[in-house]
Amino acid sequence: MSSPVNGTASSASSTTLSSATPLLEVSGLTKHFPIYGGFPIKRKVGAVQAVDGLDLRVAEGESLGLVGESGCGKSTTGRLITRLLEPTGGTISYRGRDITHASRRQLAPVRSEIQMIFQDPYSSLNPRQTVGSIIKSPMEVNGIEPDGGREKRVRELLELVGLNPEHYNRFPHEFSGGQRQRIGVARALTLNPKLIVADEPVSALDVSIQAQVVNLLQELRKELGIAFVFIAHDLAVVRHFSERVAVMYLGRIVEIADRADLYENPRHPYTRALLSAVPEATADDAPARERIRLAGDVPSPISPPSGCRFRTRCWKATDTCAAQAPPLVRAEGNSAGHLTACHYPETARLPVDG
Amino acid sequence: MLRFLVRRVSGAVVILLIISAVTFWLFYAIPRDPALMSCGKNCTPEALAQIRHNLGIDKPIPVQYWDWLVGIFAGREYSGYGFCHAPCLGYSFANREPVYGTIMDRLPLTLSLAFGSALVFLVLGIGAGMLAALKQGRFLDKLASSLSLIGSSLQIYFVGYIAMFLLVAKLGVLDQPSYTPLTQNPVSWASGMLLPCLTLAIIFTANYTRMTRSQLVEQLSEDYVRTARAKGLSRANVFFRFAWRGAMGPIVTVFGIDLGTLFGGAIITETTFSMQGIGRLAVDSVDKSDLPMLLGVTLLSAGAIVFLNVLVDAVYALIDPRIRLA
Amino acid sequence: MNNPFLSIRDLKVHFSTEDGVVKAVDGLSFDLAKGRTLGIVGESGSGKSVTNLAVLGLHDREHTALDGEILLDGKELLTATERELERLRGNKMSMIFQDALASLSPYHTIGAQIGETYRKHTGASRREARARAVDMLRRVGIPMPDVRVDDYPHQFSGGMRQRAMIAMALVCDPELLIADEPTTALDVTVQAQIMDLLKELQQEFGTAIVFITHDLGVIADIADDVLVMYGGRCVEQGSKKEVLRDPQHPYTLGLLGSMPSLHGPVDVPLSPIPGSPPSLLNPPSGCRFHPRCAFMEKVDGGRCTSLQPVLEVVDGRGTACHLAPGQRRELFADFATARAL
Repeated sequence: MSSPVNGTASSASSTTLSSATPLLEVSGLTKHFPIYGGFPIKRKVGAVQAVDGLDLRVAEGESLGLVGESGCGKSTTGRLITRLLEPTGGTISYRGRDITHASRRQLAPVRSEIQMIFQDPYSSLNPRQTVGSIIKSPMEVNGIEPDGGREKRVRELLELVGLNPEHYNRFPHEFSGGQRQRIGVARALTLNPKLIVADEPVSALDVSIQAQVVNLLQELRKELGIAFVFIAHDLAVVRHFSERVAVMYLGRIVEIADRADLYENPRHPYTRALLSAVPEATADDAPARERIRLAGDVPSPISPPSGCRFRTRCWKATDTCAAQAPPLVRAEGNSAGHLTACHYPETARLPVDG
Repeated sequence: MLRFLVRRVSGAVVILLIISAVTFWLFYAIPRDPALMSCGKNCTPEALAQIRHNLGIDKPIPVQYWDWLVGIFAGREYSGYGFCHAPCLGYSFANREPVYGTIMDRLPLTLSLAFGSALVFLVLGIGAGMLAALKQGRFLDKLASSLSLIGSSLQIYFVGYIAMFLLVAKLGVLDQPSYTPLTQNPVSWASGMLLPCLTLAIIFTANYTRMTRSQLVEQLSEDYVRTARAKGLSRANVFFRFAWRGAMGPIVTVFGIDLGTLFGGAIITETTFSMQGIGRLAVDSVDKSDLPMLLGVTLLSAGAIVFLNVLVDAVYALIDPRIRLA
Repeated sequence: MNNPFLSIRDLKVHFSTEDGVVKAVDGLSFDLAKGRTLGIVGESGSGKSVTNLAVLGLHDREHTALDGEILLDGKELLTATERELERLRGNKMSMIFQDALASLSPYHTIGAQIGETYRKHTGASRREARARAVDMLRRVGIPMPDVRVDDYPHQFSGGMRQRAMIAMALVCDPELLIADEPTTALDVTVQAQIMDLLKELQQEFGTAIVFITHDLGVIADIADDVLVMYGGRCVEQGSKKEVLRDPQHPYTLGLLGSMPSLHGPVDVPLSPIPGSPPSLLNPPSGCRFHPRCAFMEKVDGGRCTSLQPVLEVVDGRGTACHLAPGQRRELFADFATARAL
């Protein structure tokens, strides 16, 4: 368990405070989706650089939030971690074990510990299966027979996620959106996972229902000690759920920090812009809120800008930004573990010691 | 667009080469010797060899195939027949007629049948489908649906014979089906083709009614149709310029395939009405182990389907700008 | 509000389905003056979108029964003929939708779609309409409008499509713009751009805007007045400040409590509303919110389950709840302190 981490130890040392092997460590993770075309013979003519050199660590029981706008690669990252997609480069290690290219068989024991919750509670559940068999299936696939039988376990899980265990034999269409998402959660919990990758788990739900599911996930995390990679576009939801937050832009992390640091003292211009764009349900007339409006749209991940990928929309960009990609480092004035990838970070708002 | 066409046409040519090669090879895989058949009862080995030589089937199959291919583009010298000008598809084993000429003789009938029935089923099918879509859930919609269900379960040989018996023999309102070239006498062309075309069209009409209706119903529920209405455009304008535009793509696709199939001959229709089109020619050439004729007909129908497909894709790109750049 | 531009009185929108009658909107009234923005908030199935399709007369006429009054600048729309409505749509009143990609025709260029509205209502020539389209695209902030005018919607990015849609809706200087979740599908940075744009254009043209959304944050940003809908009825209305600062209906309170914020404590759980939105086929008796309401026991005589609370509006402020005002002050106090943090 405590074997040294393979991969880039140098970048890892600055990422986190804990010296123990993290539950999940991702370094240099890259996913390029090839584009084929050409005439007369089709060949690879380019690639969508969905994820491009990502370094992440998730400690046991920790919740890491992954935020960003559409096309930033956050969902792809989730699918890479759960090995639903094959990485183009980089390494993924789970408990110090390299699983980047592990085969199905090698992956089996790890698969049960890493689970996924999806966004759409309608299409992610097979409409022809009963709730019981949906939740049971991970046990069947992995040949696991818990004490008291599978059905008992399913009933326990239904109760745990706040559904009536008597609804074991019902079909997904008999449930509301929020209840379906609970079924998805129960399925993810079946094998006692240590890490759950939740990809926009509440964004398809109504506001009032969204809060129910967020609370449920929060409770489960605390009670069962499950680590989360929580992927969402809603900065407020992520702030509520995650202790540490990474902001992604065009396939790269631009800033990663503890919750308080990221939301109170954002150093990357993009993080600032993102935060200032979130409308808040307060009636007060323009509190001392920053107002940054980015121009234009996110560039295409097929041909991302050179150097810093945010530079085309950044008000501070210089030639340096076009020439060099800024490394993700602890900027001056950042507290430990707060990394920013920017040549000209914003001034720190709070005095930070250390 | 040009690049798209060049790519698709070259792809189509490759497909035709493969189809003709496979037909060639399949023909010789069947244990039937066309030379023996035409040699007759008092056949001697010498005579047989001579016939083989004359037919050109004494050479290895790849050489024969090559000669046949070259003939299409450059013409070909046949011993005992003389020079066959390009496009040369060879001479029939069965009646020694040039294949190209025979096909050209039969083609007008087949084309008349194809276009004639297409005209009928497009007008009736699309018209009925539009009406049904406009009157969704109302009487007209239900009537169109039931009629098209009945129509699609009918068979040509059934409808054809009944129609001939009733309309031609009993009531005498229609002429006995026959073919007069359009250029010769348009009136007798039309009266002769009317019954076969109508019969063939019945089954297709049913299909097109259902397809048009379902496509339109889908399009009418699209958001952009609602937006068009929100702009103040009239119902009719929205129906034809927006919904119908969207529904057209899939209809054009199916129509292209159907038309291609019809160019290859409507075998059952031709048989039912005793007409000598490409369909009958195909059946006969199989019957008589007539390789050149079979190859010619195969090439024609395969070519029709393949090139209509290219045409459909091009038309589709005109209708829907989203696939123009792809 | 004297002289409202849009005035809706006791609107009812009922659909007949195979399973029965769906009461999508069941007695809704509001007024909107020129140059003002009314935010309508509600969750899925609250009837907020249906209301606005009815204003434009775009509801499915076959299966929908409408009742009440919709007055646009004094003209009754419910009894208007299709012809009359066609003259108003896109001209005096326009609508923008959530999904701009699906809402724009994939078969026509952006310029053609904008120009078409203009030509229909002004009788302008093709050339004039095209010039007008370029001008509108420039005004909504599309770069190189004289080139992009010939693009198709799929060649635009999400934010640009929504801008094009706004250009199309505003091409005839409408006096009423209905925006149905126009920013929901957009990223936050683009959402901010679009809302700024709408505010600017409103200043310029004095348009009355109905802004439909499920997001109270968006309401706080753009609306002057707020109307909260639940189960086809208005449960609370008032100015933005009144509703957000001092919510009077338990549902509004619940919505605010459900929303995580960028400030404030993080270690307390959110306070969601239990249960799910009501079925409009079989709505709960009495107050439609009662099965999810935390304060039902505070009302005597089981009135919540038996009696439909009446929305009494004084000076544009009102709530439909059986709780007495004094009770609310007391019961909602915890919430007020929590939000003040």
